[in-house]
Amino acid sequence: MADATATQLEALRNRPGLLRSIGTLIRKQPLGFIGALIVIAMVVAAALAPIISPYDPELNSYESMLSEPSAAHFLGTDEFGRDILSRILYGAQTALFVGLVSSFIGATLGLVIGVASAYFGGRIDLVLQRILDVFMAFPLIIIALTVVVASRSMFPNAGPELQVLFVVFAITIPFIPKCARVVRSSALAIREIPYIDAARANGYSNSRIIMRHMVPNVMAPFLIMITAFVGQAILLEASLSFLGLGVQEPTPAWGLMLRSAQDHAESAPWTVIWPGVAITLAVFGFNIFGDAVRDALDPRLRSSQ
Amino acid sequence: MWQYVIKRLLLMIPTVIGAALLIFFLLRLLPGDVCELKLGGEGAYYDPEQIKICRAELGLDQPLAYQFWEFVSGLATLDFGKSMWTGRDISGEISQRFQLSLQVAIMATVVSILIAIPLGTLSAVYQNTWIDYVVRTFSIAGIAIPSFWLGLIIILGLLITTQSWFGTPWMPPIDYRPLWVDPMHNLSMLIWPAVATGYRYSAVATRMMRSSLLEVLREDYVRTARAKGLIEKIVINRHALKNAMLPVVTVIGIEFAFLMGGLVVTEQVFNLNGLGRLLVDSVTLNDYSMTQAIVMLIVLVFVFTNFIIDIMYAWLDPRIRYS
Repeated sequence: MADATATQLEALRNRPGLLRSIGTLIRKQPLGFIGALIVIAMVVAAALAPIISPYDPELNSYESMLSEPSAAHFLGTDEFGRDILSRILYGAQTALFVGLVSSFIGATLGLVIGVASAYFGGRIDLVLQRILDVFMAFPLIIIALTVVVASRSMFPNAGPELQVLFVVFAITIPFIPKCARVVRSSALAIREIPYIDAARANGYSNSRIIMRHMVPNVMAPFLIMITAFVGQAILLEASLSFLGLGVQEPTPAWGLMLRSAQDHAESAPWTVIWPGVAITLAVFGFNIFGDAVRDALDPRLRSSQ
Repeated sequence: MWQYVIKRLLLMIPTVIGAALLIFFLLRLLPGDVCELKLGGEGAYYDPEQIKICRAELGLDQPLAYQFWEFVSGLATLDFGKSMWTGRDISGEISQRFQLSLQVAIMATVVSILIAIPLGTLSAVYQNTWIDYVVRTFSIAGIAIPSFWLGLIIILGLLITTQSWFGTPWMPPIDYRPLWVDPMHNLSMLIWPAVATGYRYSAVATRMMRSSLLEVLREDYVRTARAKGLIEKIVINRHALKNAMLPVVTVIGIEFAFLMGGLVVTEQVFNLNGLGRLLVDSVTLNDYSMTQAIVMLIVLVFVFTNFIIDIMYAWLDPRIRYS
């Protein structure tokens, strides 16, 4: 016992320094490192938006409508005279909130369904798989679209905050079957390992076996799915907002900014360019960061990609 | 083989029925219906008597089970009924739009093949050189760039370049004419959305092309070909490429199925009167019959494409048939 603690301490002492491990990361995963930087930058921008943004993102100003980028407005203003830089910084909050919450809830529900489906097997598995098949037969955006319209007409007087939640809900739903699929296939392999039988022989309840013995072993695919979802969720939110079915004015959101910008694309190109750059960068960052996470957690996928 | 085809075909039935159930009840969950929207608008006063008549006309006063039966039996005979909003025949309304969307989808697929195969090959052949890195960044960016934004940028670019070259800004035409009526007009309109979506869909195919070619290049027969003294160009073109194509073709097939749904946003940008546009409009207008028809059409395209892919796989790999 004492020996074990000593070796552990030794290992801790010999742990490479933080700087050195960042160095290894850059060498081994240059793209993943860039992704991590973008993700961190986005989180910082969202967190510090109230401090660093030069204007109130919802403040209309009729003197400076559609004004070109200048010292006063680095990225120009939109058709209500609102500062685009400030709206992009606050837009990061919206994008991150929708992206993280919907990926987390979607992947978690998928995890539960996937593991349960694999653990119980038989008829339950069959029925669950057929239901997931149905959801998988719809392109993501179509489910999201219908859910948004449905929740919106159920609460016709919802304010902008509630509208954001509708979007989260709409994006979460199509993620559930996707994650459940992947988790189920990993969980199927784990169910065959004897320790599950041992747990059952010990008389543990199903929920205990699922939560304590199976879920921790499918954490890798679960984390991979979450990181892969965030980029998709940001893109979906932007698409829905662009269609006018997502986040509502005056909440700052990148897709929404593009929606109103398309009418003055020609006379005020800056209104079109910057929100799109923000979306692209965010999705790019989360995607390559996600790829790096996948490579780190699942060496089998590493070789060819 | 036939046994597998039939089994796979039968498996499609519960999926399609499930999709029909899902979309049917999802739409019925919405409070308010097309009659209230038509006769009153939000918050406005409407005559309850008239609403009753309108609902009776559209069959909305029937029990849900009966309505569902009508919908599914109509689906089975490909008779979608009439739009609840305009009262026009859905099949007629859809077929024209479907033509446009299908053409954009096919063109986008061609664009993505034209991007993916040469770039993926280059990237694999020059693995871990700057060429490889540029191609990989280009393809990762393809997934990250929203196609509707790319569309906006393309339109903006067209306006600016034509303005500076010819003095007058040019925009792609917005009235649809079929390819066989006016090919120049048709192509000059649809090539841009095809490029915007095609680039996005090329990304996954490019990565697939790269990794599958890399795998093939490690095979023994490629080494044999090289050992025979064949020049690298022939080794790749004649021996490696063909074998590397299979997974790429599959990916492109799967993406084609997704394309129909993905067009929803792109059509909005380019002002195309396609299926996606019609879907957004009919969802917001509570036009149940129209929404159901479009969604089912997209689901059918999707399920059928997947079916074809599975059959191709089974045909190429006998292990799948017997599992």
